[in-house]
Amino acid sequence: MTWEALGFLIFSVITLGSGALVVTTRNLFHAALYLMVSLFGVAGLFVLLTAPFLAGVEIMVYVGAIAILIIFAIMLTPQVMQVVRPRSNQWIAALVAAVLFFLVLVSVLTPVASELGVDNWSAGFTQDEPADVPADTLTTLGESLVDKDLYVLPFEVASVLLMAALIGAALMVRPDEPKPRRPEAGPVIEPGPEQATTGGD
Amino acid sequence: MVPLWMFLVVSAALFSTGLYGVLARRNAIAILMSIELMLNAALINIVAFWRYQAPENVGGQVFAAFVFVVAAAETAVGLALIILIYRRHQSVIAEDINVLKW
Repeated sequence: MTWEALGFLIFSVITLGSGALVVTTRNLFHAALYLMVSLFGVAGLFVLLTAPFLAGVEIMVYVGAIAILIIFAIMLTPQVMQVVRPRSNQWIAALVAAVLFFLVLVSVLTPVASELGVDNWSAGFTQDEPADVPADTLTTLGESLVDKDLYVLPFEVASVLLMAALIGAALMVRPDEPKPRRPEAGPVIEPGPEQATTGGD
Repeated sequence: MVPLWMFLVVSAALFSTGLYGVLARRNAIAILMSIELMLNAALINIVAFWRYQAPENVGGQVFAAFVFVVAAAETAVGLALIILIYRRHQSVIAEDINVLKW
């Protein structure tokens, strides 16, 4: 077993195991922590796929920002920490749907079907030894993002989307009525004589 | 290297895990976390196909970077909506939010 296969096994187990814990743990705060572990596993898979920049972005954006944001939301909605309701039977149907969907995907994606002789339409794209990644991929990525013949328009649209999401999120969670101003912040209160003379310290 | 279909199977398993979470969890924040898992499965797919099919073309990585942007925007707006709903209804359980149902 090569080191790549070993790393793939380790990161896959981390990703899938933590992902399963995310959707099954009752404590929501623990689920958020498992989500961070799972995203670390995804970053490891990116390293194996020779995309170290995307692995760094994954850790910075997902683990560093999105997971922290989710933890903030969990702490801002305190009643979710203790779940007292009885469990419904909805999870059985969900499990059946997820397993069926997984089986459909696997039958399309893997060479299992063609090896069994069922058909030969699937897995025509599987390839084991791809070409090497060019060494200046990161430079090319940065240049193509601002190249007017390539991706500058989607790049600008993405920044506008981020700006709209930022403003929209901040506007939505704004309190309905602004709090009354504190008296010392208003311009109507004149400073007393002892305050007016203490500007030097 | 590891064959491409192994990455695709891991991605499919992660997506199915997220699908189970979206369908089975009742808390809106947990549903959002499951959606993050599904987005990450799609990201693994995109990067794996880029690596094995067109490593000389940087478009695959650009596509993955845009998925990051969309995921960040989606999470910010989704969590803002959930906090707003919690303020109005004192609940984030998806079954309690039925004011549009009649």
